[in-house]
Amino acid sequence: MISRKPFYTVVALLFLAGLALSLYRHFVFEVPWLPGEQRQVWSIEAKVEFEATGKPVKASLAIPGTQPGFTLLNEAAASPGYGLSFLERNGGTRAEWTIRQASGPQELYYRVNMMADPHAESPTPVAVPEIAPHTDQEPYATAIHQVLSRALERSSDGFSLTRELIRELGSQQQNAALLAQYRPKPRLLVEMLNRAGIAARVVKGLTLEDGRRRQPLVDLLQVFDDGRVEVVDPATGEPGQIENMLLWERHSSPVLDLVGGVNSRVTFSMIRQQQPVAVALEQKFEDSNLLNFSIHSLPLEEQALFKGILLIPIGVLVVVLMRVLVGLKTSGTFMPVLIAMAFIQTSLVTGLIGFLLIVSMGLVIRSWLSHLNLLLVARISAVIIMVIGIISLFSVLAFKLGLTEGLKITFFPMIILSWTIERMSLLWEEEGAKEVLSQGGGSLLVAVLAYLAMNNDLIRHLTFNFLGLQLTVMAAVLLLGNYTGYRLLELRRFQPLARED
Amino acid sequence: MALWSLPKFTRPRVLSSKGIMGMNRRNIDYISRYNPRRLYPLVDDKLQTKRIALASGVTVPDLIGTIRQQHQVRHLAEMVSEWPGFCIKPAQGSGGKGITVIVRHDREYYTKPSGVQETIDDLERHVSNILAGLYSLGGKQDVALIEALINFDDSFEGYSFEGVPDTRVIVFKGFPVMAMMRLSTDASDGKANLHQGAVGVGIDIGTGRAIRAVQFDQPVEHHPDTGRRLSELQVPDWETLLRLSASCYEMSGLGYLGTDMVMDKLRGPMLLELNARPGLAIQTANGTGLLPRLRQIEALNSSRMSVEQRVAYAREHFSIPVTAATPTAASAG
Repeated sequence: MISRKPFYTVVALLFLAGLALSLYRHFVFEVPWLPGEQRQVWSIEAKVEFEATGKPVKASLAIPGTQPGFTLLNEAAASPGYGLSFLERNGGTRAEWTIRQASGPQELYYRVNMMADPHAESPTPVAVPEIAPHTDQEPYATAIHQVLSRALERSSDGFSLTRELIRELGSQQQNAALLAQYRPKPRLLVEMLNRAGIAARVVKGLTLEDGRRRQPLVDLLQVFDDGRVEVVDPATGEPGQIENMLLWERHSSPVLDLVGGVNSRVTFSMIRQQQPVAVALEQKFEDSNLLNFSIHSLPLEEQALFKGILLIPIGVLVVVLMRVLVGLKTSGTFMPVLIAMAFIQTSLVTGLIGFLLIVSMGLVIRSWLSHLNLLLVARISAVIIMVIGIISLFSVLAFKLGLTEGLKITFFPMIILSWTIERMSLLWEEEGAKEVLSQGGGSLLVAVLAYLAMNNDLIRHLTFNFLGLQLTVMAAVLLLGNYTGYRLLELRRFQPLARED
Repeated sequence: MALWSLPKFTRPRVLSSKGIMGMNRRNIDYISRYNPRRLYPLVDDKLQTKRIALASGVTVPDLIGTIRQQHQVRHLAEMVSEWPGFCIKPAQGSGGKGITVIVRHDREYYTKPSGVQETIDDLERHVSNILAGLYSLGGKQDVALIEALINFDDSFEGYSFEGVPDTRVIVFKGFPVMAMMRLSTDASDGKANLHQGAVGVGIDIGTGRAIRAVQFDQPVEHHPDTGRRLSELQVPDWETLLRLSASCYEMSGLGYLGTDMVMDKLRGPMLLELNARPGLAIQTANGTGLLPRLRQIEALNSSRMSVEQRVAYAREHFSIPVTAATPTAASAG
């Protein structure tokens, strides 16, 4: 006997490879196991308003990018008559509107979709700002020194220093009041940190709340120490980068830089949307690398085609299960899969009715054809033409009666139907109607089961998103091909043998 | 609730303890292991079977002629005119499909065993269908065989309705391991297919006597149409029949083989056809599983045994004691 070891090795390898590919897709590309998982997508709109003075206008707005917690999906700007460009400056991106001449009130819009995404990271590492030397006048220098030295004593690194500085400013009331006149608090903190040799800067954050309009930007402190970055709320000393805080401007640049206008202001409004994760991920990985081997990298039309093709192995698996484990008879091995694919197009009830109508009518006409003494190929060709005739007839009838569902009958594979009719008709002549019902019923049952499997949302989601599963299905089919146990229906067939003793 | 607690199902364990072979095991452990693919054409094509049978001295029914091309179809009437009865078969048909038997004819009307009369046109259409591949696997082009009828042996009188009873012997590595007789009935339309309603009679390998009989997998005592008591059935010339079956192993090279034999009044046992994928109903007809016998032979070093030795071995080891076979028959009344 040939050793089965290589066989089981191959099966195990296929199974593991399939599993590994799927896990890779899940963990690296965040494709969820279940369909219908939603991701939060924030649509944020920045509205720039100003009075133009009749001169050339240049408005430059800081805009956010992908950052920890958020992935930028897409962005757009609207501003009739303005030229628009997105520029990189100081490591940050800015939207710049320009126009030769404008006067009166102006409104410019910038809209961005950000997906809440725990795996997101900045595309480029955040540049550490330089530590600028500061010289302060008295009495501020003394106050600063007092606060700083107390905080330095009680801290170990840049981040704890920041917290202690904020706490000291809260407890040393006098110094705090004095320094408040000297610098705004965030900038003061940056300067004090710089004195202690810690790089820091002020950034602008936006608190995301569903349905908010005119939400202001808040000042946040970004502290760099030992290769790490932390965002701190300068008012409380708490970590500033909480779940719903989007860093709008991260490079200490002005949010709006306007030339040729006055009375400018920027307001933010936002809404939260739930998007299916597939759509969101598609946008996220739009220009990903080769390793992201998925159908999503194909053009949309081919994707739709593949959605269908990738389901065929599932249908085939159902047929194998039904034949090997259950022992159902089908007319034509894989005919049920093709019928099931037609059912997917037509919906189940319409499909079943259509199938039964065509086949039964075909059988009636075919019984007449059998009297004509035709050669086989000619007769099958005649059956094909007949099936087309029946389908056309039903389509027209359904349309005239206003049953648009009936038009879907055209999705049936006509050649397959013709062969089915031919086989059934022969079976009828040779083995009687009972065998036709048993085989036809078996085929339909398997087709319906295959349809239910192939039309299942979870299975569709898995086959389409996890190509590795195809290998797993392959392993399962190979294993089934090795099954020597009894079939379910044999337990009934041989039951008379078990009874007597 | 487990499935086998339903009235019509049984447990897999019960079947396996009785050595019943399932379809999957037959396919994997016996057919694909002992029957090399390249030898299939020898048994799937009845013309080739006939050729190798004649070459190794196995008796087969006379061949009246073959029809290979569509234009030869109109010679059919002329071909059979001198023969009282004949039988048309597709060379590559399976499961008895496409076999038409004509018991007598007056050159105008051709009478089937059921009494239905056909015209030569009907028969010609049938031959055309055969040529076009209607009955062959995969619908490939086929050849029609016209064979002489078998002279029904009188010892089977009343055991069969409208058809020739044939004996199926499973031959494993040259050993006849199990046998059954298939008797056509009204329900089976004169055909010897068990799933169509023919009666299957398990035949004791040792003696050639009936063990028990089933129709539609349920035990029966009498032939449903003729009323003859099936337990009295005894195949004549049993030793010759077994030797003929066993010699089909050398002839075909197939390790797991179903041989279909018929008894001719004048010429004795004849080989009708070989089957490389014999069915499992023989187990129901015998009330016994195949596996213990197959395993016994697998464990045996049989490569040097002659046909006679193998038949003797099988008759000794696979015979069912008479006492076990009779109670049901005795109580039948």
